[in-house]
Amino acid sequence: MWDYTEKVKDHFLNPRNVGEIENPDGAGEVGSLACGDALRLTFQLDENKRIKDVKFKTFGCASAIASSSALTEIIKGMTLEEAEKVTNQDIANYLGGLPEEKMHCSVMGKEALQAAIANFRGQKIAKEEYEVVCKCFGVTDKEIERAIRENNLRTVEQVTYYTKAGGGCAQCHPKIGALIERVRREMATEGPPPQPEKRKLTNIQKIKLIEETLGREIVPALKADGGDLELIDIDGNKVYVALRGKCSFCPSSEFTLKQYVESKLKEFVSNDIVVEEVRP
Amino acid sequence: MKTVYVDNNATTKVAPEVVEAMLPYFSDFYGNPSSMHFFGGQVQKSVNEAREQVADFLGADPSEIVFTSCGTESDNAAIFGTLDSNPEKRHFITSRVEHPAVMNIPTVLSRKGYRTTEISVDREGRLDLDELKESITDQTVLVSIMYANNETGVLFPIEGIGEIVKSRGIPFHTDAVQAAGKLSLNMKKSTVDLLSISGHKLHAPKGVGVLYIRKGTKFSPFMIGGHQEKGRRGGTENVPYIIGLGKACELAKKHLEDENTRVRALRDYLESKILEKIPNTLINGDRNHRLPNTLSVSFEYVEGESILLLLSDMGICASSGSACTSGSLEPSHVLRAMGVPFTAAHGSIRFSLSVYNTKEEMDHIIEHLPPVIQRLRDISPFWKDYLKSQKKG
Repeated sequence: MWDYTEKVKDHFLNPRNVGEIENPDGAGEVGSLACGDALRLTFQLDENKRIKDVKFKTFGCASAIASSSALTEIIKGMTLEEAEKVTNQDIANYLGGLPEEKMHCSVMGKEALQAAIANFRGQKIAKEEYEVVCKCFGVTDKEIERAIRENNLRTVEQVTYYTKAGGGCAQCHPKIGALIERVRREMATEGPPPQPEKRKLTNIQKIKLIEETLGREIVPALKADGGDLELIDIDGNKVYVALRGKCSFCPSSEFTLKQYVESKLKEFVSNDIVVEEVRP
Repeated sequence: MKTVYVDNNATTKVAPEVVEAMLPYFSDFYGNPSSMHFFGGQVQKSVNEAREQVADFLGADPSEIVFTSCGTESDNAAIFGTLDSNPEKRHFITSRVEHPAVMNIPTVLSRKGYRTTEISVDREGRLDLDELKESITDQTVLVSIMYANNETGVLFPIEGIGEIVKSRGIPFHTDAVQAAGKLSLNMKKSTVDLLSISGHKLHAPKGVGVLYIRKGTKFSPFMIGGHQEKGRRGGTENVPYIIGLGKACELAKKHLEDENTRVRALRDYLESKILEKIPNTLINGDRNHRLPNTLSVSFEYVEGESILLLLSDMGICASSGSACTSGSLEPSHVLRAMGVPFTAAHGSIRFSLSVYNTKEEMDHIIEHLPPVIQRLRDISPFWKDYLKSQKKG
C-alpha cells in the first residue's frame, strides 16, 4: 500500500473543484487513457485577470486525483503570471509530500496548467522543437530536462518517477542517462538555481499553512527529542512560539528556533517569516 | 467497520484448526527432527505425518514431497534444479502470463546463455498450444506452465500440455499455487513431473511451500545444506509451519467440494450483479475455464488504484492489475499479454474468494461498488467524452 499523507487522502476522498467550466478562458489536457492517467484543466479569469474559477477532471490513481485537486486550490485567485511559477514541487508540498514513485502525478498537474495557460494566450506548444525520448509514454526531451532541473534529479529511476519516461520498454534508458549527464553538467556551471518565489498568501492561508507546517514538519521532530512547541500568536510575518518540554531548558534552544523552526517555516510558508520565542 | 476480505489469491486467513495444530510445535515439541534423541524423533514422526497429509492431498507418494519456504522457492528450485541436472540443454519454455517467481527467471537464464520461449495467450487468456508444439526443440530442457492464473483465474489444460511435453521426453513443471485447494489434483494420474504449491494460499501460514518431485525426475538441490528432505532441500525443517501445511491440506481436501459449489455460486452471483448494475464492465479471462473463486473485472474509464482505495475505505479488500498497483507504470503483464485494451486494463479489479466468504459479504460489495465506480467516472474526463460519443452514435 502506498504511504499517502492525510492531505493526499483528504484531497482524494474529497476532491475540490471537480468538473469542467463551460466556455473557459483557458483549457489544457495532458496524459491519455493508454498512459494510465490524464488531467483536463479549465479556468476562468475575473476582471482583474486573476483566476476566478478553475475545475479539473482526472483519470488516474489517488495521487493523480489529489494532485489535480491541490493544483486547483493553489492557483485559485492567482494571476496567470503567478500561476505560471507554480512548480510540481509546490503541488507535492501542498499535499505534505508524495511518494517519490508518484511524483509524476504532480508533474502532470504542472503540465496541464502550462497547457491551459498557453491555450488562453493562443499559443501552440510547438511539438516539432521537441524530441520524443520515451516512446511508450510519449515523453519529450524538454519535459525530461525541466523535471531534472526543477527537481534536481540524478538517476534514470528518478526521471521515471517524475515523468514516467523509461517506465515501459526501457529502451530509452541510455538516452535518459545521457540527458541527465548533459543537464546536470549545465546546472553545475550555471550555479545553484534561484530560490523559487513563494506564492502570495492571504492571512488565513498563511496561518493555516504555518499551523500545518508546525504540526507536520516541526513538532514531531521536537517530540522525538522529548521537547515540544506551542504556537502563541502570529502577527504579519512574525511567529511567536513557546518551547516546551526538554526544549524549554535546552541550551541550544535558540539554535533550534532559528536553524530549525524558522528555516522550516521559510521553506514551506514564506521567506519573510521570523520566529520569536515567548518566555513565561 | 466490517472487513470484507476478497483478496484470497494474494493470501488467505490461516484456518483456526491449522493454528491449533501448529501451536504445540513452538514451545513443547521444539526438537530438531534430525536429532538422535526421542525428543527430536517424535517431531520427525509429526513431520512425516504432515508429509503424508500433503501426499494424500496431491495423490502423490510421501517420498515425492519436498517442503520449502514458499511458492517462489518451489518454482526456483524446480527450474534451476532441473536445468542444473541437464546442463547440456539450453532452451527453456514458459508462458507470458506466469507469476513473477517464474516470469523473472528467463532474465537470469539469458545471462547464462539460455534461450527462453514465452508462449502467448489469446484475448481470453488461453494458451496457444500450437505455438508450444512448434517451439519445442532437441535443446529444450524444461517446460514450466502455470496451472491457473493468479490474476484472471484462467485454467490451462495442464494434462494436455503435459502430454505434448512428455511425448518429447522433456520434464514438465507447473506452478499450481492458485490451483491447489480449488481443483482436485492427482499426481498418480498426471503428466506433471514437478509441481509447486504455497501454504498461505490455502489457509496455512506464510513461509511454507511444497515442491512435488515425481520419482525418477532428475533434480539437483537448489538449497545446499544438510541431508534434510532426502538431500533435496537443505536447512532445518520449519516444523510448526510444515505441521500447519499438513493440516491445511487435509482441510483443503474436505473443502474442495464447497469451493466448487458454494464459493463458485458466490463468485457467479457477484459477477452477474456487477455486470447488471455497472455499465461498461468487462470480465477478463475465459469464463468457462476459470478457478471457482476468482473474478477479474475491468471498469472502463477509471483507474484501479482509485477504485481499490475507495473500496478499502468501505472495508472491502480486493486487488488490481492497474499500473499504479502493479508497482510499475504499465498495467499487469497478464492483461497486456491478453491484449485487454487500455480503456479497460487500467481499471481492472480482482475479487478472489475463499470458503470463509458469505452471501452477505457479496451483497456488501454489490451495494458499495456501483457508487464508487460512478464517483470516479464523474471525475474522469473520458467518461463524459464516452457518453457524448454514445449520444452522437
